[in-house]
Amino acid sequence: MSTDFRVRATVAALAVFGFFGILILRFANLQVWHHEDYAVKAENNRVALLPIQAPRGKIFDRYGEILARNDAGFSVEIEPARAKNLDESLAVLTDILSLSPAEIKRFKRSAAEARKFDSVLLKSKLTDAQVARLVVQIDQLPGVRVLRRNLRAYPFGSSSSHLLGHIGRLSRKDQEMLEQSERASEYFGVTHMGKLGIERSYEEQLRGEVGFQRIEVTASGRTVRELALRPAVSGEDLLLSIDFGLQRLVEAAYGSRRGAMVALSPKTGEVFAFVSMPNFDPNHFVDGVDSDLWNELSNSIDKPLLNRALRGIYPPGSTYKPFMAIAALASGERRPQDTIQDPGYFMLGNHRFRDSRPEGHGTVDLKKSIVVSSDTYYYKLAVDMGVDVIHQYISPFGFGQKTGIDLEGEAAGILPSSEWKMKRFGKEWLTGETPSIGIGQGYNSFTILQLARATAAIANGGKLVRPQIVRAFRNPLSGKTTEIPRAPAQELGFNPEWVNLVKDAMVGVNISGTSAGVFRGTPYTVAGKTGTAQVFSLGQNEKYSAGRIAERLRDHSLYIAFAPAEDPKVALALVVENGGFGAASAAPIARKALDYLLITRPAEGKVLQ
Amino acid sequence: MNSANQRRAQTGWRALALWLRIRFFSLDQPLFWLMMAIFVLSLFAVYSASHDDPDRFINHLRNLAMSLTLMCVLSQIPSVQLQRAAIPLYITSLLLLVAVQFFGETSKGATRWLNIGITRIQPSEIMKIAMPMMLAWFIHRKEGLEGWRNWLAACLMLVVPTLFILKQPDLGTAVLVAASGTFVLYFAGISWRLLLWVSLAVLMLVILLITLGDAACAPDISWPGLREYQRQRICTLLNPMQDPLGKGFHILQSMIAVGSGGLVGKGWLQGTQTQLEFIPERATDFIFAGYAEEFGFIGATLVVILYLGVVLRGLWIAIGAPTIFSRLLSGSLSLMIFTYAFVNLGMVTGILPVVGVPLPFISYGGTAMVTLGIGLGLIFSIARDRSRVTQGFSLQR
Repeated sequence: MSTDFRVRATVAALAVFGFFGILILRFANLQVWHHEDYAVKAENNRVALLPIQAPRGKIFDRYGEILARNDAGFSVEIEPARAKNLDESLAVLTDILSLSPAEIKRFKRSAAEARKFDSVLLKSKLTDAQVARLVVQIDQLPGVRVLRRNLRAYPFGSSSSHLLGHIGRLSRKDQEMLEQSERASEYFGVTHMGKLGIERSYEEQLRGEVGFQRIEVTASGRTVRELALRPAVSGEDLLLSIDFGLQRLVEAAYGSRRGAMVALSPKTGEVFAFVSMPNFDPNHFVDGVDSDLWNELSNSIDKPLLNRALRGIYPPGSTYKPFMAIAALASGERRPQDTIQDPGYFMLGNHRFRDSRPEGHGTVDLKKSIVVSSDTYYYKLAVDMGVDVIHQYISPFGFGQKTGIDLEGEAAGILPSSEWKMKRFGKEWLTGETPSIGIGQGYNSFTILQLARATAAIANGGKLVRPQIVRAFRNPLSGKTTEIPRAPAQELGFNPEWVNLVKDAMVGVNISGTSAGVFRGTPYTVAGKTGTAQVFSLGQNEKYSAGRIAERLRDHSLYIAFAPAEDPKVALALVVENGGFGAASAAPIARKALDYLLITRPAEGKVLQ
Repeated sequence: MNSANQRRAQTGWRALALWLRIRFFSLDQPLFWLMMAIFVLSLFAVYSASHDDPDRFINHLRNLAMSLTLMCVLSQIPSVQLQRAAIPLYITSLLLLVAVQFFGETSKGATRWLNIGITRIQPSEIMKIAMPMMLAWFIHRKEGLEGWRNWLAACLMLVVPTLFILKQPDLGTAVLVAASGTFVLYFAGISWRLLLWVSLAVLMLVILLITLGDAACAPDISWPGLREYQRQRICTLLNPMQDPLGKGFHILQSMIAVGSGGLVGKGWLQGTQTQLEFIPERATDFIFAGYAEEFGFIGATLVVILYLGVVLRGLWIAIGAPTIFSRLLSGSLSLMIFTYAFVNLGMVTGILPVVGVPLPFISYGGTAMVTLGIGLGLIFSIARDRSRVTQGFSLQR
């Protein structure tokens, strides 16, 4: 028995050795081999990063009018990890804040994506009464906080909405995009980003740099102490070359009509006006647009969400003729003195191409062809040149190409050629398609921005400028202004005589030509050209009432102009959709804009250089 | 002038000193100093886990003093007297266990406590001592375990209280009580063959659990013989990441604390996991997590070495013990201390499921301190018998 006991005790001792050995191996496994992993985990437990929002840069027009600012306001945030009973809290908050089901849905979606100690925005722009009621009950609502937060505000509402754009909450899609471009870290703790217009294109400068407070927290999320602080860096203010007074004037001139207008400096390319109508109120988009408004805007036949100046493509109609004239001279296909007989139509084979004036214009030379807008002259010219020669001599004006304006999402449009048609449709170019090209119809489709820039190229004697909306950045703290360097204008190499000839013709348009009535009595000389573009068809799925169809099948009214003709300070192009004859709708708006820039503004001491 | 008085006083002091020395040195010296070392570590550990409640450290000092006193007092009782206490103690605690079933107080879903007017007691805790004493005495009386009747009786003595405790339910205590009895039977002579088969079966079960864990832990499966919460504990152990903020939180945070300690630890009072309250039960069952975080691999290994010393010394004392009773009792109690330590450390480091077993002599808490103090006191008492036998004289008059 005693020996047996001794043996058993020894075996037990060996087993104890073995089991304790396992423990020590386990310690070594955790504390030596995997120490790094666990040290990181412990550190992540301990340290929380609280983002400090950077004030977003403000946006000013060329005369200091503020177009986008930050309003301090109260908002409610919830930290779901600390909310004991989230549904109950939400029920109480729904009562106080009269939350819509959409707002609650939106909150729950962002809460599901948030990390453990993140606060999630529930509602911003609280009224004083709501804040007062909330503060009284806040003790019964664990994890709910009322914060003063900066909110983006666009004080002029829908005015210039396409130009300014708006910011919006970072969506899951944005997050994925940021992660793919490895910029997610720049947006850690950031709730909003620029989504459209200048707000998007200049996001990087406007955003600033989010700051951080590194804090030590307990398991229950209580702050123990601050470990480090990196202050936020404010975003840069943007100074636009836009004359906001002009913007509003033009918008008012459009009224309920649809269209787009771009005015810029032929010397520098700085943009004075960039209008797309109808517009929408970007303030509704800052914290997520509600679905009713979204449906209303996106389903409207007026397409208020479409930036017509940047993305709308239109046939230029007769505004194309001055460019065709220069192309004709440059290619040697016409001399200024060459004339044709205009009987009111042009025959190609058995097909008759009608002039807009049935009795014709008689004997027409190059200058007259612009002043009276002879279609026949250009039908014949186009056929004589052929589509590819036209393409070759027109493309220097930048038609069918992006202008490189400092706004994202620009459309390129189409400047047709036989090669383009083959690529696009797999078919040969037909000569029968060429005459319409000459009068700015057919496959031609350009943005108003392209048209304005090309007009500027005539105005400045043959130089292609790059349109630019933002003139400078300004540091909000130091006030230091940094001008954005301009791309040098591109010399197109046209003979100045040809350009001057066309300029003269365009001045003639407003003396004895198609829009002479509109510009009667201006103290400055205006060079211009009317355009009327046929609307071919409507989309197949669009269902309109018979009355509306009739209205929407009317021609687009276009106009290009620059003034003063002898030393052009502004060049512009505009379209009024379904506005009919060019001189009827578009030219009067151009007149208002030019009067404003060249008479009203100088009277206020605001003279264009 | 006062030399007579002085001498008398000196004699008095000397007598006291001599008496203390005899009493003191009569305790087994290696075991005593090992215990002291563990006590010192426990002071550091509990202090570090008490920043939110300063009273806790004071209470811990009181608990240590109580445990030490019990140890010293019990060490003075000859083991012959201990034998007499075996039956009454066992029967009393068995009756109390039955009483818990009917009159016990329920908290956190378990019925473990009995209110006896002046205080609340936990009868299962007494059983941890009563069980090995009873079995040791029984085998001592029968001079071994010959015949199936004796085996059956011994097994009943083991199984009945264990079942009562399992029913409370209290898995941790049931494991310890069953272990303490099993150790007695082991030392009394369970056949090696049976032992081998049981060990193999346990090993197979563990391997099965690890390989089939995912399937067996599917939510709609129940395991025979285990309650749902017990099944979940095992499943949580197999995969704590399944629910890192819920059921897996204890194990995960505890492993992070231990692992982040590294080789030498973050320094006393510098453990972020414990100081910032990421470790639940950080003063009691999970005290080792904070300790290992602050003292690192070296500190953790030191604790294991100290326990190893205590257990080996206990087994050494058992080998030299004069009677069957004292041999079986001290051997079983030594292995029980091992069990406490192994189950606790295994659970804190994530290799055993979470059961409520404290770290002996280090965790904050009076109950375990008293039970373990008594257990160690019994070992000290047996050690004294051994020294009497081996050294051939008694310091007792």
